[in-house]
Amino acid sequence: MILDYMPLIIMIVVGLIFGVSNIVLAENLGPKRSTRAKLSTYESGMEPVKTARERFTVKFYLVAMMFILFDIEIVFMYPWAVQFRELGYYGLSAMVLFMVLLFSGYLYVIKKGALKWD
Amino acid sequence: MSLTNLIVILVQAGILVNMMLMAAAYMVLAERKIAAWIQNRVGPNRVGPWGLFQSFADVFKLYIKEDIVPAAADYKFHALAPVIAIGVAVTTYAIIPFSGPLIELDGVKYGLAMAPNMNIGILAVLAMTSVGVYGVALAGWSSNNKYSLMGGLRSAAQMISYELSMGLAIIGVVLIAGSLNLIDIIQAQTDGMWFIFLQPVGFILFLITALAETNRAPFDLPEAEPELVGGYHTEYSGMKFGLLYLAEYANILASSAIMATLFLGGWDIIPFLDDSTVLGLAPFSLPLVILGHMAFLGKAFALVFVFIWIRWSLPRFRYDQLMNLGWKVLLPISLVNIIVTGLVILFLQ
Repeated sequence: MILDYMPLIIMIVVGLIFGVSNIVLAENLGPKRSTRAKLSTYESGMEPVKTARERFTVKFYLVAMMFILFDIEIVFMYPWAVQFRELGYYGLSAMVLFMVLLFSGYLYVIKKGALKWD
Repeated sequence: MSLTNLIVILVQAGILVNMMLMAAAYMVLAERKIAAWIQNRVGPNRVGPWGLFQSFADVFKLYIKEDIVPAAADYKFHALAPVIAIGVAVTTYAIIPFSGPLIELDGVKYGLAMAPNMNIGILAVLAMTSVGVYGVALAGWSSNNKYSLMGGLRSAAQMISYELSMGLAIIGVVLIAGSLNLIDIIQAQTDGMWFIFLQPVGFILFLITALAETNRAPFDLPEAEPELVGGYHTEYSGMKFGLLYLAEYANILASSAIMATLFLGGWDIIPFLDDSTVLGLAPFSLPLVILGHMAFLGKAFALVFVFIWIRWSLPRFRYDQLMNLGWKVLLPISLVNIIVTGLVILFLQ
């Protein structure tokens, strides 16, 4: 069982080795002639104003939270989809009920204006 | 796991990584050539005939470039982000079944598919795209640049928003095939209806979400040049930039290959008909499998062409339009698609 996943694990290792070796190679091959101006943060040629570690809009957090809620519910649908033919109309009606609940929460979030970007 | 098995897996990994590199090199060239063609220009034509060696020249140049890490950046995460991006992109290739069984060693058949028995197949693809968000978000945050941060945030929000519709679009296919294993999904389409005919809405949803997941135009907000310079890779140079760029193209090919698997019948050559009787070859014979592999790559690269074509034809969305499309249009449509598909399957049973 776990052996079926070995190729995936091996490929993850291969991918990481590929990435790390390329970065190490490129860091050592290229010239190193750094100056203070070259190492400063790029801001279209202007002197950088403050850093980027500032506060940003809360909407990105809202999107992330909504994603977690919806994604968990979508993952619930996968086992149902695989067993769909065995579960028949009972399974479908249960899933429609589940989707209605999901959708009412979704409508609430939309009406609250969580996705207004202006 | 026997030694033969392990060696075969390592050989497959080597072939797939090299295939990805070659494909990405020529996709970059194809992108530049097609862009030039659409804009009535010539495009790269100096390095080799028709600029065929342009990408290799670019790669060698990237290797000998100075690797600049801004003083304000967080060095560890700045270096880690491209590794995550490329690691995830490479891992996806282990999941896609590129061909049927080609050779037999010790009674086990192997093809250009590393994990044919993995029963979660398509779920692993979704998992990998989720991890891919970390690469982009880390690249944006660690650069400590306002453009990078905005690009990374936008990209993360966009990728997770469209992943919902992508997951739901796949459920339509899973309902018909009754399995998450990609080879089972291809078998369900072989010699019959490809799922594009049964799931046209699902296919269009998947195509749109794949464009958004790979940060391609018209959804390339994360690197919108007029606002954000280069987006999350503004502060990257040399091979680190090269790896981020490579990961982008690797992801385009991977999502095209997944679309070919889920909706276009994978390695099935002719829709509606039995390949082996039409072509007069025994089922699972070597020539048929090789032809099927060619058909698979043909489908995948045709979709890559569609990606490029869309990029150079359509203008960019505004960010609120992008989020509205993802949450208020695609999400309800994909939910309805699942219910309709389920009802039709049960009605026909």
